[in-house]
Amino acid sequence: MSALLSIVNATQRFGGVVAVKNVSLDVQEGEVFALVGPNGAGKSTLFNLISRFYTPAEGSITFDGHNLLALTPDKVPSLGIARTFQNIELFEQATVLQNLLVGRHRHRSGNMLSDLLFTPSTRRGEVAHREAVEEVIDFLDLQAFRDKMIAGLPYGVRKVVELGRALATKPKLLLLDEPASGLSVEETQDMAFWIEDIQKQMGITVLMVEHDMGLVSAVSSRVLALAEGQELATGTPAEVQSHPAVIEAYLGTSGIQKGGQKGGQKGGQKAQNDKGAAA
Amino acid sequence: MRFVFKTSYDADIRLYKHGAQLFWYTLLLVIMLCVPLYFEWTGDAYLLGEITAVLIFAIVGMGLMMLTGQTGLASLGHAAFMAIGCYANILLLQAGVPWLIAFPMAGLIAGVVGTLIALPVLRLHGVYLALATLAMSILTGDFIVLFEEYTGGVSGITAPDISIFGYEINKYANPYAFYYVVLAVVILGVFAHQNILRSPTGRSFAAVRDSEISAQAMGINLTRTKAKSFFFSCTMAGLAGALFGHSAGYVTHETFDIVMSITLLLMIVIGGLGFLHGAFLGAIVVGLIPVIIANGRSLLSTSMGININIPGLESALFAAILIGFILFEPMGLYGRWLKIRTYFELFPFYRKDMFKRQKSYLKTERVQ
Repeated sequence: MSALLSIVNATQRFGGVVAVKNVSLDVQEGEVFALVGPNGAGKSTLFNLISRFYTPAEGSITFDGHNLLALTPDKVPSLGIARTFQNIELFEQATVLQNLLVGRHRHRSGNMLSDLLFTPSTRRGEVAHREAVEEVIDFLDLQAFRDKMIAGLPYGVRKVVELGRALATKPKLLLLDEPASGLSVEETQDMAFWIEDIQKQMGITVLMVEHDMGLVSAVSSRVLALAEGQELATGTPAEVQSHPAVIEAYLGTSGIQKGGQKGGQKGGQKAQNDKGAAA
Repeated sequence: MRFVFKTSYDADIRLYKHGAQLFWYTLLLVIMLCVPLYFEWTGDAYLLGEITAVLIFAIVGMGLMMLTGQTGLASLGHAAFMAIGCYANILLLQAGVPWLIAFPMAGLIAGVVGTLIALPVLRLHGVYLALATLAMSILTGDFIVLFEEYTGGVSGITAPDISIFGYEINKYANPYAFYYVVLAVVILGVFAHQNILRSPTGRSFAAVRDSEISAQAMGINLTRTKAKSFFFSCTMAGLAGALFGHSAGYVTHETFDIVMSITLLLMIVIGGLGFLHGAFLGAIVVGLIPVIIANGRSLLSTSMGININIPGLESALFAAILIGFILFEPMGLYGRWLKIRTYFELFPFYRKDMFKRQKSYLKTERVQ
């Protein structure tokens, strides 16, 4: 197996803050790779580096033999990288169908003139796009919402529509930024099944940021734990969860009583919850 | 309530949603084609001239609707692009270019010039485009005076007659033929507008309007997409400007002033942002208000002997109407019509909050 995406020693600074520091990772073709870590660990920054919204101060990012750093953000999808956003970035004043059709943008063949005249080739293209989008709608059970405006949809459905829009681009690599955040237990289970199907049936490689360790250990083959922009551990979900550095990052510094207070009640509790969910 | 069962992708792609809609729009087209016959019969073409003016405004409105309603960019300088189209058309005609070539050329020139000027600011987001076009609008008059040699400057320039294969059309000599010329441009414009909306280009415009960051993540080049929208918009303005020149017969450096630019923007807001119908409804309001004011004035003076002669009354009335719409009906006239229609379709189940926009969920912290 060769690495589909490889990041070598990436560093990103915002003024004096080092958001990502010397992080390297290799995502193999066909796997589900998860990034975990406390808030502010640099997970989303890493995503924005891959989709080229940020340019790293140091390091290199290659995808499928292409140097990603040579591209502008709008060229990244044409290589086959699709992404979702942590807080949902859908086209609010458009229907679900239109949102998914925008996902087909990288497969369009016409230009503005052929669109203006609506030539037979544009019409054929439209039919082909709609066929591809219907497959996604069937896969994600979005039939009931096809012609609904995004502005009126509940949160859970928006999350699924965003996944659908990314799938409509027919990507090789799918970047999911917290796919289960804000979802109910049932919705999270659905999401886990979908991610498995995306990987196994569609053969799409998935790189995801996720806090729900239950979901992470259910679907991912490898996990990279980050804290304060630095790599803590890489390995299988079980390995990473039992790694001392990871436990320290979640619970605080050594000395359980002291650390528990120092690291913050919330962080400690979270790690415990996560462990419980994983077991 | 109507339920449309779609059995093919084409049902979603074609321009009309169901048979009844096709029927009503065909009927509208037939009525529009027959309107001059009525005025020819009465022999008074004054109102036909007003209808023609409304249609010319609707052409710019369609262009501006694509830019503001569909792409989310505001232009305060569309009168300037009308001026470019108008003068380009007149100069080409004076140079001996046949009208059938000069007219589309005028539109293209306005489109290209507008896009070239806007290109540097299209890279930025926010109000910069509005500011740049506002500057354009202010400078237009000065430029026309500056190039007096070609434009006639302060003393103005006379628009030659339209000549199609030797058939001369003058607005005053033959208002009926001129009406048909304008109507033809309107129909072509409507098709162009709707074709763009139902194709990938139109969807990329909406994507840029709603979320620039995720439009980029879907592979849409922001600057290029905005430039396309601006080009379409300016071309429509240029075509309307050329027709406006023929309609007015005589234009000076004061014809396309900033008030006109603002009126154009006002027109689409009153009509309903984001709807093609809005461009037409807005044009009707903007075109008819001066007529109503003039008629009301003469009615008051003849029946009651009251003479109202307040300078700036028109502008004040426009402003009041705009404020009223923004406060009470942000969706414009077409939005109001949609609400009324839904009320009767769902009677008695219509709820007041049906068209209320839900607050969007938190947006990703803007990355750029």
